[in-house]
Amino acid sequence: MIAMSAPAAVYLDWNATAPLDPAVREAMLPWLGENFGNASSLHAHGRRARTAIEAAREQVAAAAGAQPGEVIFTSGGSEANNLFIKGAAAARAPGVLAVSAIEHPCVLEPARQLARQGWTLREIAVTAAGKVDPAGDDWRETLALRPAFVSVMAANNETGVVQDVAALAAEARAAGAWFHCDAAQALGRLALDFRAAGMAAMTLSAHKIGGPAGAGALLLDRRVDLAPLIAGGGQERGLRSGTENVAALVGFGVAAERAAARRAEEAARLMALRGECEARLVAAGATVFAREAPRLPNTVYFAFAGIDGDTLAGRLDQAGFACGSGSACSSAHPGASHVLRAMGIEPALARGALRVSMGRDTNAAAIAAFCTALARAVAALRNLAAVSGMAAIT
Amino acid sequence: MAKLPIYLDYSATTPVDPRVTQAMIPWLTEHFGNPASRSHAFGWEAEAAVEKAREEVAALVGADPREIIWTSGATESNNLAIKGAAHFHKDKGRHIITVKTEHKAVLDTVRELEREGFTATYLDVRENGLVDLETFRAALRPDTSVVSVMLVNNEIGVIQPVEAIGAICREKGIVFHVDAAQATGKVAIDLAKLPVDLMSFSAHKTYGPKGIGALYVRRKPRARLEAQMHGGGHERGLRSGTLPTHQIVGMGEAFRLAREEMADELPRIRALRDQLLAGISAIEATYVNGDMEERVAHNLNISFAYVEGESLMMAIKEIAVSSGSACTSASLEPSYVLRALGREDELAHSSIRFTLGRFTTAEEIGYAVDLLKTRVGKLRDISPLWEMVQAGIDPGAVRWAAH
Amino acid sequence: MAYSDKVLDHYENPRNVGSFAQDEEGVATGMVGAPACGDVMKLQIKVGKDGVIEDARFKTYGCGSAIASSSLVTEWVKGKTLDEALTIKNTQIAEELALPPVKIHCSVLAEDAIRAAVDDYKKKHGGQ
Repeated sequence: MIAMSAPAAVYLDWNATAPLDPAVREAMLPWLGENFGNASSLHAHGRRARTAIEAAREQVAAAAGAQPGEVIFTSGGSEANNLFIKGAAAARAPGVLAVSAIEHPCVLEPARQLARQGWTLREIAVTAAGKVDPAGDDWRETLALRPAFVSVMAANNETGVVQDVAALAAEARAAGAWFHCDAAQALGRLALDFRAAGMAAMTLSAHKIGGPAGAGALLLDRRVDLAPLIAGGGQERGLRSGTENVAALVGFGVAAERAAARRAEEAARLMALRGECEARLVAAGATVFAREAPRLPNTVYFAFAGIDGDTLAGRLDQAGFACGSGSACSSAHPGASHVLRAMGIEPALARGALRVSMGRDTNAAAIAAFCTALARAVAALRNLAAVSGMAAIT
Repeated sequence: MAKLPIYLDYSATTPVDPRVTQAMIPWLTEHFGNPASRSHAFGWEAEAAVEKAREEVAALVGADPREIIWTSGATESNNLAIKGAAHFHKDKGRHIITVKTEHKAVLDTVRELEREGFTATYLDVRENGLVDLETFRAALRPDTSVVSVMLVNNEIGVIQPVEAIGAICREKGIVFHVDAAQATGKVAIDLAKLPVDLMSFSAHKTYGPKGIGALYVRRKPRARLEAQMHGGGHERGLRSGTLPTHQIVGMGEAFRLAREEMADELPRIRALRDQLLAGISAIEATYVNGDMEERVAHNLNISFAYVEGESLMMAIKEIAVSSGSACTSASLEPSYVLRALGREDELAHSSIRFTLGRFTTAEEIGYAVDLLKTRVGKLRDISPLWEMVQAGIDPGAVRWAAH
Repeated sequence: MAYSDKVLDHYENPRNVGSFAQDEEGVATGMVGAPACGDVMKLQIKVGKDGVIEDARFKTYGCGSAIASSSLVTEWVKGKTLDEALTIKNTQIAEELALPPVKIHCSVLAEDAIRAAVDDYKKKHGGQ
């Protein structure tokens, strides 16, 4: 039985998925109603759908500093990452590819798949603060391997750490590598300029910015050779076949435009909330991961020593606060976060990791209430551990 | 007066049934969680909705819910099934059999495998569009690893003998994939009985939303696949990527409606199709493409000799139909499906696909018939070929300069 | 199928549709294309004693652009000498009708039709 009333909760898991922006929903609904044509059809129904998709393409391109002709729509960020990694590999002879050790699984896993097919995979190390260091030895050594392509995310989904992708892209290009950037978490949160950064490709996702799940894009420099992941029909310049998901793409376009328009203002507002939240967490004894690094304004990743993250998340859910333990995608795989492991965080502490990620509906009152509830839950769990005489971590 | 343009292109895509839209809306509003989120109620309720929809999809086709994998649509399902099975079994054999009249999503996928070093046989069909079992048997090789045959053809609506083909595959231990994108809600499918290992589904051909489909992956005997999209390990590792809950809920509701209503719906649609056929038959020199017996109720594919398809589409723009399949009709090539039937090129150029559906009315069909009679006549008045025919000259006997 | 207004106009209201009797004085016929390629154009011209094209007729089997291209050339050849008619280029037709790239072949066919009709006339009249 599915409860049809909304969970009475403060939602603090915006990096997993963001609630659909009501304006986006309004834009989508006609495309789930009277405007139902297949964009490949030549008649009026089809042409209307085609026009709407091209308008969405312009909106998405504008939000990320790309040309409309550089936008390849996909079913989401995972597909876009797979398309670049596998598509670029399929179009050339096996060589070296390099991806950062903290990439999302949908970059890491395709890369590991290639490593089983004759490619040499270099996982680029990060600093204790979760950064790929453009001045560091590991990055130098990576480029010296002459990788065919390099993938580093703009901002990490767990820690929120922001990479210097413009600098990395420039160096990678100078070293003869195509540079791909997974910007699924960055769109609408950081200023993106695909063209100016000289990247070969960039991944975007709709549902992290108030758009619908089921839509994403790969921005692709037209000089980059790519083999399609999904063949048949020849949509999206032959790089992504399949009937276009018109409603979702329309929603993506509107969401991208709105997210870009309010980005600066939202960033300042969320940064203030983040500061407040972190101050209270630290006062309560939490370790905030990568606190020294430049991070997304909306993300706080932390742990309390001796308290299991999932247990704490469960308590908070009961108290009406939804936050993430690790990334939503990999939370199906229990175990310490690969991101924290790459940062050299002790596994015992890493198992306590909890992520608060905020968005346009998050306000100061919600954060204050959350911090209070968190302190109460932590105290209760500590008590429990003391009473039962065993560590809460099992 | 019927509302114009009249939509007779249900095989390109269907309107989303308003009941489906209603079912989707909560998941576009307050119920927005990521079904993969394991740490809070937003995620759990989304996951429950996804699982309920999985049951509905399974129920329509006689499958176990655990045999249903969500994808972004039938094109992805076809790619995943064919490449996934071919890659998994590549040490056993590298020969693939499919049919010349398959959807591009299958044909292009098989061609891609050929570029990777697989070999392929593209079966001819008979004049009625159906696969001949003896032709199929003759194409089998010891190294045949995957066979892919569609259940219902998108252009001519014929129903392939997949049960018989599947039985042969089962006997030989060959993976059998069926593209059923055009079949759900149109023909009964019972995977508990059908010897099919993998089957592709689409929501938007069955009154559900675009951007969502599924692949049936048999458990017993187990069909093995290599994933084509890697990442968070969703869908038992076979298809990574955040699940679009609202679309999945829409597909579940659409398939539930199909299951509950197809018995009533199909006779009604068939009667309308027959009304259309009777009307068109009154126009001279028209030909039905594809078998009329082994055919879904809602499809009619007609060649109007001596008029060209695209200009006919323009002439009848009050009705939305397609010339060739929606995916290829932007190109100048005549339909490869009709050519595979052995239709002469000019008849292939002159074909129109009419596909009816849930919201088609008798009034709309009446309007369409009247329109066709007038406009086909008008185009024939300006057709030099028709003029030749009237003068007793067979344009087919004329030696035309290659152009 | 984003046709220009001019294509739509010629398609909806084709000019000079029809046929002259083959044996009529001064009539010549050009038939180009092939049914298998999806377009056949028949262009007829009626040439006066002074060598000027007095009238023209067409019938076309083909897409909207093919119909429009042939309709247009029936208008353009009228009043021209045969040599003048031969100066009509497919690029002019394509430009006038704003044909998209995939439809350029229709204008090529229309130019071919003029050439074929003129050739037919010259053949009938001893290669003037």
